[in-house]
Amino acid sequence: MQHTITALVENKPGVLARVSGLFARRGFNIESLAVSITDDPSVSRMTIVVEGDDAVLEQITKQLHKLIDVTKVVDYQGIPVVQRELAMIKVNADAGVRAEIMQIVDVFRAKIIDISDKTFTVEVTGSVEKVDAIEELLEPYGIRELVRTGRIAMMRGAKTP
Amino acid sequence: MLDSLKGNGVEVIFGYPGGVVLPIYDCLYDCKDIRHILVRHEQGAAHAADGYARATGKVGVCMATSGPGATNLVTGIATAYMDSIPMVAITGQVKTAVLGKDAFQEADITGITLPITKHNFLLKSSKDVPEVVAQAFHIARTGRPGPVLIDIPMDVSMGESEYKPVQEVDIPSYKPTTSGHAGQVKKAAKAIAAAERPVLYVGGGVITSGASPELIELSERTHILVATTLLGKGAIPETHPHSLGMLGMHGTAYANYAVARCDLLIAIGARFDDRVTGKLDAFAKKACVIHVDIDPAEIGKTVHVNIPIVGDCKTVLQQLLEHVKPRKETEWNEQIMQWRNEYPLHYGGGDGLYPQYVIEKIWEVTDGEAIVSTDVGQNQMWAAQFYRCKFPRQFLSSGGLGTMGYGLPAGIGAKIGRPDKLVFVIAGDGSIQMNSQELMTAVSSKVAVKIAIMNNGYLGMVRQWQELFFNRRYSAVDISAQPDFVKLAEAYGAVGMRIDKKRDVVGALKKSLEYDDRPVLMDFRILREENVFPMIPAGQSIEEMMVKRPK
Repeated sequence: MQHTITALVENKPGVLARVSGLFARRGFNIESLAVSITDDPSVSRMTIVVEGDDAVLEQITKQLHKLIDVTKVVDYQGIPVVQRELAMIKVNADAGVRAEIMQIVDVFRAKIIDISDKTFTVEVTGSVEKVDAIEELLEPYGIRELVRTGRIAMMRGAKTP
Repeated sequence: MLDSLKGNGVEVIFGYPGGVVLPIYDCLYDCKDIRHILVRHEQGAAHAADGYARATGKVGVCMATSGPGATNLVTGIATAYMDSIPMVAITGQVKTAVLGKDAFQEADITGITLPITKHNFLLKSSKDVPEVVAQAFHIARTGRPGPVLIDIPMDVSMGESEYKPVQEVDIPSYKPTTSGHAGQVKKAAKAIAAAERPVLYVGGGVITSGASPELIELSERTHILVATTLLGKGAIPETHPHSLGMLGMHGTAYANYAVARCDLLIAIGARFDDRVTGKLDAFAKKACVIHVDIDPAEIGKTVHVNIPIVGDCKTVLQQLLEHVKPRKETEWNEQIMQWRNEYPLHYGGGDGLYPQYVIEKIWEVTDGEAIVSTDVGQNQMWAAQFYRCKFPRQFLSSGGLGTMGYGLPAGIGAKIGRPDKLVFVIAGDGSIQMNSQELMTAVSSKVAVKIAIMNNGYLGMVRQWQELFFNRRYSAVDISAQPDFVKLAEAYGAVGMRIDKKRDVVGALKKSLEYDDRPVLMDFRILREENVFPMIPAGQSIEEMMVKRPK
């Protein structure tokens, strides 16, 4: 089962190592990880996506909570959330296919943020599935480079972690 | 730094100097209030601080220099971490300007100890010292205790800064729960009233939180008998009629039968370790489980829990006692007593020098009042079975990590913390050699520990497994090539004795009590192939319990 876990942590050196170490010790591969500061500069927020057994992840969530630098941990399993990911894709764009690619970009409400004589760099924001889909469609043109931020998520409604 | 340590009640530091801790050692030279015990290897410092902490309940402090000094502490820190022992380890570090540049004696000790400390700090500024030290002590001793490491670069320890005492530590992200959920406590009390075959399963958490009086009160009021883990020994006097001794792999048969057949298992401050449970599906399989622990991550970690209560054992037991009504002895008590009569702990007769006999005699000679520090292996299990503890903090042993070489340095730490007590180190001939250099520490600091080596010329526990499970193929366990332990003791300035006859045991033990200014080492030449029984083979259930050597 895929889990999206949010952790509020002290914005200090070494905290990321403590958190990722917990997953590594149990043999979990972190599928994506997004970290940045929050409205409070002393607090960082991590969004961690991992695949794993529910019971084991419950254990890890408890262990995460035990870390002194971790203030809050929420596993979004079963909680309605909005989630987004941003990707930049550098794709081959020779003169003959430029119009086609621009159409795809349009349909996905993505943006071309850089152009060279041979390539477009496309920015797309959306759910993980949407990013997967545009990646698949651009694949035939030849993707030269791709970077994804990893998922970030927030509970729907007025609730906060 | 030293002011901060004093401010946190530190009376003794176990340590070893080196380049980058020179500024701290320079201050120690003039410091009258803190006693420094110079060990002979940093691992000894960590174990001594651990033994001191276990015996006194205070935070143990050890100190070492950067690089190899710090890495030598690692085994001791991991030992303390596995057994939830409050400890502060102070390590020197290279100057901040060269951090991460492979400077001389540099090791990333905060990185190395990340998974074996409750928390660690890399100090960056002299002015942070009072705050960080106060936080370290607070974290080490509260909640589920554990070791905390403070790494101090040399320029930070040389820096000048005014010491301002820290009145109160407030870490917003660290607030351990101490009192149990009232509804859950009531539920637990109801379950206790309704149970027909209840058993108490008690671990080190009861010792840590000082909950023995409450535990004994609960057991006496309800006539529920108590099995303890290795670390729970002494939570209830093992001479108490309600004590079933230790449970688990080498626990008493009756404790294990009681747990296997119970309908209510009341686990308090214990963590369902695999050496206790054996095969999980067979462990207390018919029982409703109440689990009291201060660490929420322990609840449901290995077994399904019906009534979880997160909180400090002492507080929760006090809450529970408000609701629990007296119960009478039942047929269940009789049944357990019957098991006790049927399967007592026993060992062979005759003239051979049985290790169990030696430990029984140590118990008699010390009136069961000595603090006992053990090594790991057969010696540890015989000590656990035959040294019946009378009070908490009496039995010091590396339970979780199983660290050979723990006994002697931990015993030294315990004796320094409790000079009023006799301290016996029960060692194996393998284990003692892992930290025998600490004999010098004991001699030079006039620490009168008694060391009883159960010497069978084997790495006995491994040999026992090879005998039972590997067709007697004794691979790499014969250590009969060994030093003359009597001469070794004498070389260090300690007293050495060799005992190879049963009739000489008591005389030697009594003689050892006459020395109060230096350690005494007794080399007991025990039967070479004596085993520890009962034994439930690893990962198996009580059905597979061996009570004696199979034919």
